[in-house]
Amino acid sequence: MDILNAMAALTNFVLVPAVAYGSQLALGALGVTLIYGILRFSNFAHGDTMAFGTMITILVTWWLQSVGVGLGPLPTALLALPVGIVVTALLLLGTDRIVYRFYRRQKAAPVILVIVSMGVMFIMNGLVRIIIGPGDQRFSDGARFILSVREFKAMTGLREGIAIKTTQGITVVTAVVVVLILFWFLSRTRTGKSMRAFSDNEDLALLSGINPERVVMYTWIIVGVLATVAGVLYGLDKSFKPFTYFQLLLPIFAAAIVGGLGSPLGAIAGGFVIAFSEVTVTYAFKKVANYLLPGNLEVDALLQLLSTDYKFAVSFAILIIVLLFRPTGLFKGKSV
Amino acid sequence: MSEPFLIGEAMTGGYGSGADILHDCTVAVEKGQIAVIVGPNGAGKSTAMKAVFGMLNLRRGAVRLDGRDITKLSPQDRVAAGMGFVPQTANVFTSLSVEENLEMGAFLRRDDIQATMEQVYDLFPILREKRRQAAGELSGGQRQQVAVGRALMTKPQVLMLDEPTAGVSPIVMDELFDRIIEVARTGISILMVEQNARQALAIADKGYVLVQGRNAFTDTGAALLADPDVRKSFLGG
Repeated sequence: MDILNAMAALTNFVLVPAVAYGSQLALGALGVTLIYGILRFSNFAHGDTMAFGTMITILVTWWLQSVGVGLGPLPTALLALPVGIVVTALLLLGTDRIVYRFYRRQKAAPVILVIVSMGVMFIMNGLVRIIIGPGDQRFSDGARFILSVREFKAMTGLREGIAIKTTQGITVVTAVVVVLILFWFLSRTRTGKSMRAFSDNEDLALLSGINPERVVMYTWIIVGVLATVAGVLYGLDKSFKPFTYFQLLLPIFAAAIVGGLGSPLGAIAGGFVIAFSEVTVTYAFKKVANYLLPGNLEVDALLQLLSTDYKFAVSFAILIIVLLFRPTGLFKGKSV
Repeated sequence: MSEPFLIGEAMTGGYGSGADILHDCTVAVEKGQIAVIVGPNGAGKSTAMKAVFGMLNLRRGAVRLDGRDITKLSPQDRVAAGMGFVPQTANVFTSLSVEENLEMGAFLRRDDIQATMEQVYDLFPILREKRRQAAGELSGGQRQQVAVGRALMTKPQVLMLDEPTAGVSPIVMDELFDRIIEVARTGISILMVEQNARQALAIADKGYVLVQGRNAFTDTGAALLADPDVRKSFLGG
């Protein structure tokens, strides 16, 4: 029995990665849930919006690196992030102006808007691949670890180490800051309240003199911020590849639906539920088990429930369970 | 006789390009008075109200507020012009707190809304108590108070109520009517549609009985209550 080493291994391979991944999913799901609540459709282009914002940030990062500007131990991408956000918000506002507004005026059914968003998804997808290519891009620099395995072992004398990557630390801190600002905005400012009112009851919002086009504009801007931040954090933590961002759509939608579509709090909870499930189910528990079991019961098998290649099955399974037993999600959102 | 403060005159029209629902229908209300629209189901009571508020296309007729022709204004512009409207259903923001509901009612105003909010709380003291609670958690009668309070936040000159007592208990109904009289005493004109014709006519300065989209009887509330024809056909004898 070696509980301490077991806990260290579990923290290093499950807890820390899942918290970082969960924060990224939560930010992504917040964008999806805001669009669902206010524009009333599921935005399939969200993954590619994240890819676009990340791409702009990467290009600016490369330029900054080439002129020798950096942030020391922090990734240069944080400096480039505001540019990525502005360009992405402009792209979203432009898309709304030439695509979505037309369908809004026609009072198109949500299912039509979903298909429209798929079209937008393909265009954005192509745009990103034309500009930066379909391959893998790495753009993180600065210090790699806040806490490295060697430091941790030296500190504690344990056999198992815990490493916290700089990108993981930045992910969690940034996500917390962004979420706090978002909730402050939605609950305290006049514009934020009008967005909630519009989401709650569109007709009554119109009767109260709330301008729908303004609400829509603010929504896209906020979605641009959330998507770019989520995308850049994910890219820093792992790597940037357009196809991976398209695939992120599934866990993000799962997170938004599990939490309850239209509920910002639900999107955050959903993000962590999906992330923890995915990481736990695909982790090989052999090491942890062998620390906990007495020597004569030692296992040789990996004790991995599902190969990481099948991690998307986890999102799907949770999605189906939630839709069957609690269609409005954990936080009483709208049913799908 | 001078023109009423708000009048929908000889209105003919329906929803979208559908058949006409209103035929040459006239409703009006004087400054600080209460006018009530009653009639059997499907008489076009709510439609007449919506026509006055600009929510359907009028083929003929006009709506004038304080002598100004507002027939072409959108509902939003009519709110800005001094009309408040309380729909029959979905008339509060359920996920917002009571106070936020009132703030949203005053969205068009750029001045300090605190005094108006105090007036609403004085009118409906229970709302002051529940100001931090989500409107969706309140009882039916309290919700109606939030709905009326929200509409009052723009400081309207006319308040239009579509069946304010639908689905509330008789006791709550009496209380709501008392409050509506109080609102009228502050100089706000009230135009409302009511199912509870007898009680509504009892507080009405003017009553309009509609049948199939036309004016059947028009008189003071008291006279309509006393009219044997009206009593026989609409008030159950």
